[in-house]
Amino acid sequence: MMKHLIDPLDLTAEEVNEFLDLADKIMEEPSKYRHICDGRKLATLFYEPSTRTRLSFEAAMLNLGGSVLGFSSGTDSSAAKGESVADTIRVVSNFADICAIRHPKEGAPLVAALHSEIPVINAGDGGHQHPTQTLTDLMTIRSLKKRINGLTVGICGDLKFGRTTHSLIKSLARYTGVKFVLISPQELRVPDYIFESLQAKSIAFKQVERLDEVMPELDVLYMTRVQRERFFNEEDYIRLKDSYILDAKKMELAKEDMIVLHPLPRVNEIAVEVDHDPRACYFKQVKYGMYVRMALIMKLLGLEESEC
Amino acid sequence: MLNVDSLTRGIVIDHIKAGSCMALYKYLELDKLDCSVAIIKNAKSNRMGKKDIIKIDGMLDLDLDVLGFLDCNITVNIIDNGKIIEKKNLVLPDTIRNVVSCKNPRCITSIEQGIDQVFKLADPKTHLYRCLYCEQKYNPKK
Repeated sequence: MMKHLIDPLDLTAEEVNEFLDLADKIMEEPSKYRHICDGRKLATLFYEPSTRTRLSFEAAMLNLGGSVLGFSSGTDSSAAKGESVADTIRVVSNFADICAIRHPKEGAPLVAALHSEIPVINAGDGGHQHPTQTLTDLMTIRSLKKRINGLTVGICGDLKFGRTTHSLIKSLARYTGVKFVLISPQELRVPDYIFESLQAKSIAFKQVERLDEVMPELDVLYMTRVQRERFFNEEDYIRLKDSYILDAKKMELAKEDMIVLHPLPRVNEIAVEVDHDPRACYFKQVKYGMYVRMALIMKLLGLEESEC
Repeated sequence: MLNVDSLTRGIVIDHIKAGSCMALYKYLELDKLDCSVAIIKNAKSNRMGKKDIIKIDGMLDLDLDVLGFLDCNITVNIIDNGKIIEKKNLVLPDTIRNVVSCKNPRCITSIEQGIDQVFKLADPKTHLYRCLYCEQKYNPKK
């Protein structure tokens, strides 16, 4: 049966572990996998600008021996002429073996999956979900902290519109003993469906407004950008954008082995001075992202390691 | 008490929350039927104090999922030869399709033509439904 990745919970916890295990193996010996996707094509349908995610997908497919095609903004495609997502994916299904789609509207990748003849990967849909960033985050945490269970994870910034935070919380909630510290202004707290899912599963979490007061208790700090494009009102954006800035002074409050992650791009929410702190792991995170996407492409195409 | 002729053959939708019958009328698209439809508002009820009732003459089939979604305390009686031949118990449907629309302006349903509006039951205890695509909750007050 053809499998898509639209929501982080489309993968079972066991499947996530399999993906991360495979990504670890690829990272150890990338050359072993360099021809496994020979002759296969990845379509990157990006209706919204992206640097890391699109290039990460493209690098992942190229590293597997495949090729890529696609577009990098809605204005470069027939969407500008009013073509529906459903029609676009029907067409693209004839050209590619797998596709990654990013769209400003929430649920667009699901619409694509419902009309597709090839596996569809959600590469970010509006302020909703970003499951491949979550796989990246999980791999980074597992690799650097050597565990996921029992960690106290602080998630800071725009938790209302930040799709990476929604997917990450959904996924981390399946691990044992993970505690969430949700740090945001009142206006940018997590959506009710995330809040209710944590409550329903009796998962430990607290919501706070000040980053400095919780720094000492965190094992992982996940910083996010306040995104201009998610606001309907420019005044709200300007008022809230500088709410939470991580600098060297705040880092002094943190544990020595805490790690700082960020899905990037960063604007000013992490001061450049923090980049030199060994606990700043957001650029390592990018590397993990490429390997986990290689594993994802292989798995969704039904390719086994034995075929290498 | 107001008298409305008994049905020989048809459907009686009873125990509708007072004031809600016109919403049901709209959702069930009863305006498109050729047959007689009687709407009784604010009828006396021992159980509810006041209730609304809809009687549909000559029709035996109805989308019970829509009714269950709108109010699963409603009772539906199927009438034939002047007698109740079946009492339908309503349940909350797992999925409702093209009954209500998602109000989230960021949802793909706000721009994509030709896709179904689908809501999934997220919490049976609170009768909470969420949009299949964006997970926005359905708010009947909007």
